[in-house]
Amino acid sequence: MMLRKLRITFGILFFAGITLLLLDFTGALHCWLGWMARIQFLPAVMALNVAVIAALVLISLIFGRIYCSVICPLGIFQDCIAHMGAASKRRHNNNKPYSWSPEKRWLRYIVWGLFVAALVIGIHAFVALLAPYSAWGRIVQNLFQPITLLGNNLLAAIAERTGSYAFYSREVWIHSLPTFVIAAVTLTVLIVLAWRGGRTYCNTVCPVGTTLSFFSRFAMFRPVIDADKCRNCKKCEHDCKASCINIAEHKIDYSRCVDCFNCLEDCQFDALKYRFAWGCGSTDKKADTPQPEGQNARRAFITGAALAAGSIALSAQEKKTDGGLAVLLDKKAPEREVPITPPGTKSVKDFYSRCTACQLCVATCPNNVLRPSASLEHLMQPEMSYERGYCRPECTRCSEVCPSGAITQITREEKTRYHVGLAHINRELCVAENGTHCGNCARHCPAAAIEMVHTGEDENQRPVINENLCIGCGACENLCPVRPLSAITVTGRHNHLNEN
Amino acid sequence: MDRRDFIKISGAGALTLAATGCKPGKTTGDCNLPGQMEYRINPAIGDKVSLLGFGCMRWPMIDKDGVQVIDQDAVNEMVDYAMEHGVNYFDTSPAYLQGQSEKAAGIALSRHPRDSYFIATKLSNFGDFNKEASLKMYRDSFEQLRTDYFDYYLLHAIGRGGVEAFNERYVNNGPLDFVKTEREKGRIRNLGFSFHGTREMFDYFLQLHDNGGIHWDFCQIQMNYKDWTHADPKRNVNADYLYVELDKREIPIVIMEPLLGGRLANVPDGIARQMKEREPDKSLASWAFRFCGSFPRVLCILSGMASMDPLLDNIDTFTHFKPLSDEELDFLERMAKWMEEYPIVNCNYCNYCMPCPWGVDIPGIFRHYNDSVTEGRYPQTHQQADYKKLKRAYLVSYDRAVETIRQADHCISCRDCIAHCPQGISIPRELRRISRYIESLKQDTL
Repeated sequence: MMLRKLRITFGILFFAGITLLLLDFTGALHCWLGWMARIQFLPAVMALNVAVIAALVLISLIFGRIYCSVICPLGIFQDCIAHMGAASKRRHNNNKPYSWSPEKRWLRYIVWGLFVAALVIGIHAFVALLAPYSAWGRIVQNLFQPITLLGNNLLAAIAERTGSYAFYSREVWIHSLPTFVIAAVTLTVLIVLAWRGGRTYCNTVCPVGTTLSFFSRFAMFRPVIDADKCRNCKKCEHDCKASCINIAEHKIDYSRCVDCFNCLEDCQFDALKYRFAWGCGSTDKKADTPQPEGQNARRAFITGAALAAGSIALSAQEKKTDGGLAVLLDKKAPEREVPITPPGTKSVKDFYSRCTACQLCVATCPNNVLRPSASLEHLMQPEMSYERGYCRPECTRCSEVCPSGAITQITREEKTRYHVGLAHINRELCVAENGTHCGNCARHCPAAAIEMVHTGEDENQRPVINENLCIGCGACENLCPVRPLSAITVTGRHNHLNEN
Repeated sequence: MDRRDFIKISGAGALTLAATGCKPGKTTGDCNLPGQMEYRINPAIGDKVSLLGFGCMRWPMIDKDGVQVIDQDAVNEMVDYAMEHGVNYFDTSPAYLQGQSEKAAGIALSRHPRDSYFIATKLSNFGDFNKEASLKMYRDSFEQLRTDYFDYYLLHAIGRGGVEAFNERYVNNGPLDFVKTEREKGRIRNLGFSFHGTREMFDYFLQLHDNGGIHWDFCQIQMNYKDWTHADPKRNVNADYLYVELDKREIPIVIMEPLLGGRLANVPDGIARQMKEREPDKSLASWAFRFCGSFPRVLCILSGMASMDPLLDNIDTFTHFKPLSDEELDFLERMAKWMEEYPIVNCNYCNYCMPCPWGVDIPGIFRHYNDSVTEGRYPQTHQQADYKKLKRAYLVSYDRAVETIRQADHCISCRDCIAHCPQGISIPRELRRISRYIESLKQDTL
């Protein structure tokens, strides 16, 4: 039947598009595929994108939860797993991979209630944990992007040998251990759930699924069972990965049906049709005791150990023979009282209240600046740090990709208006204090906020910072010769839009 | 004086001499049979030295547990091949290749009879001017090189920092008197110096020679067709001056940097084309070697060979050695002038500046920049038609050549390196220039 094929075709297109978008580190795909992220439900809500929200609600009202089968990447991912799980079950279980199970209503609405409460109060880690697009972004960025990067680096190595510049090598690193672990747990739990029970997550946990179910239960078009034609073979019921077909009563739970249309093809007696059925048919209202589904494991928050703030300045190595490279210690992130959020964010608070932690900006940041936060308060939501690079003046990529309006789109010129952070000098670590000729921070400050001046009675020139000019880009911190902890470090400013 | 005039005056054009047979008192290789290595005679002592000398500063390295070590097997193979083909002069130093060069040379050479090769090494006391440290360095060299005498021994890279620096390193603490005594005892057969610096300093060292302060048995200078009359005027002396002054005093000359650290083997495209038009089957490097070999006072031309390829090519150049004609000398002079137009850094990648205490890969940055310029991978303005392609090529190849944390923007201008640079390059300034260039590429403000 056409409907199922259409669903599968579009599902694959959306799934591939969004996944590629999340894997892309070059920023090239964004102009083609960026809209796919913007039509995701939660980002659209965060961005107050009324048009998208209205469209999604309308679609659900007319056609049912098409969103869950076509647009949501996590839903399609689960379909793939469920497909394999069902195939395995068919071999062992007399061709009956699924069967009707009543709605686990209490669990479903409690989770939804908690989710909405978390959204309102601002417990964004919980929001990001459950939201399907955030979960998929987390999985792709943390678990799949490193693999594609390794593949890219292999191509880059080959390109280097053949003198081609088509590929360039990228650093592969775990951006944040807690988020990495959560992503791995999310993936594992989803695979287990989908393998065993199809759309269990979507119909019991997923807050977006529950939200859309409020509309889909009244959908104009829906699969309807013709009880006169039905011979009770239950083929459709056993093939329903949403477990929402109740053949005994000839009812379908439209709050859970994701419009996969598998059942339409199953019926040999023409008893199931997807048709206009406004107001007729009903969802099953029978309640059942909720069953725990092992979701607790996903709530295991793991926060990374705070970095030991060792402050050993690199002592210049004495030259005895020719050649060789001085050993360089890896830079360590300083403790930042206020997290630094990217230019384009209106304020720290506004950013964290809108961000869905989908990791799209983290995946695209070419300077290795953005990474998921490890703090409990902003767990998984991105923050900036400058051990591996700094926020380059010509780059506005995160602002271009953000689908939720947490980072508003800015131009290169507008970027200088955002004073996201302020640099501080630790004069005990600064090499210029003891007379070394340096000034690297002043030389590379794109805002010309740092100057080398005589402050004491000695001849030494020391860096000073004009706090009004500093934009917090981190060039000074990243290029400071002192390691592992830079002598000049940046902390965030709460309100960083400079209207001048 | 230009090269042509000089050769005419000296009457020692190699071509002429080759036809007239051996003449004592001249170093020209006039005892050579066709198809064999070109040899020159050190007149004072009679050493028959191959015109091609093996420089041990650029040997093949391999990565061993993250540390760069010399590939001894490759070195052995190359040394054997070189000696088979008549090379008998090997120049090393305790400072080369992070101190590994002498030992590797010792291992490779000790597999041959001691009288079949000449060893040149140096007193490279750059860090510690203490007499004990200097003498220890001298003694260690015997052990490393597995010998009880040095054929050629040099005061390493003198001239920078003025008379003061020279006195501090060699005179005040006594190492100079010490090596002079060692020469008398026969443990040093020839005593000389390698020179980098201003004309005044060169004159000073020759004055010492003239007034009997110290007799130089030989002298090692930087000479090539670029530096002949186009050396950086602020920092180096034109090689024509150095050559003439040494020739006047009949001091045999060893040539270093005949290729300018490989830059003359990788000349800009337009120059390469003209060279190939003249000598289609000869390497670009062969021109530079033939230039140096065209001067009769030259005893030996050092070439640092990091693999078999340059070795094979050099053997080819020196076994069928053909001095340059007047017309060819003119041609190289024109090419040298042309090269001055390119905005390259005069770095020969000798690594003397390394390690940079702040971890910057100075020669790596310069090499990438120079290669990009000479190979035309070098966007000059964002209005260029192929700007985007060139920009990508430049930035991608930069990241490939130099680790991000060792790139030019990490130079803090501490200036520690300047004193170590034999070319007198203002390294921090050049790094800043490159850093600014890259920044303008990244920001598209070029």
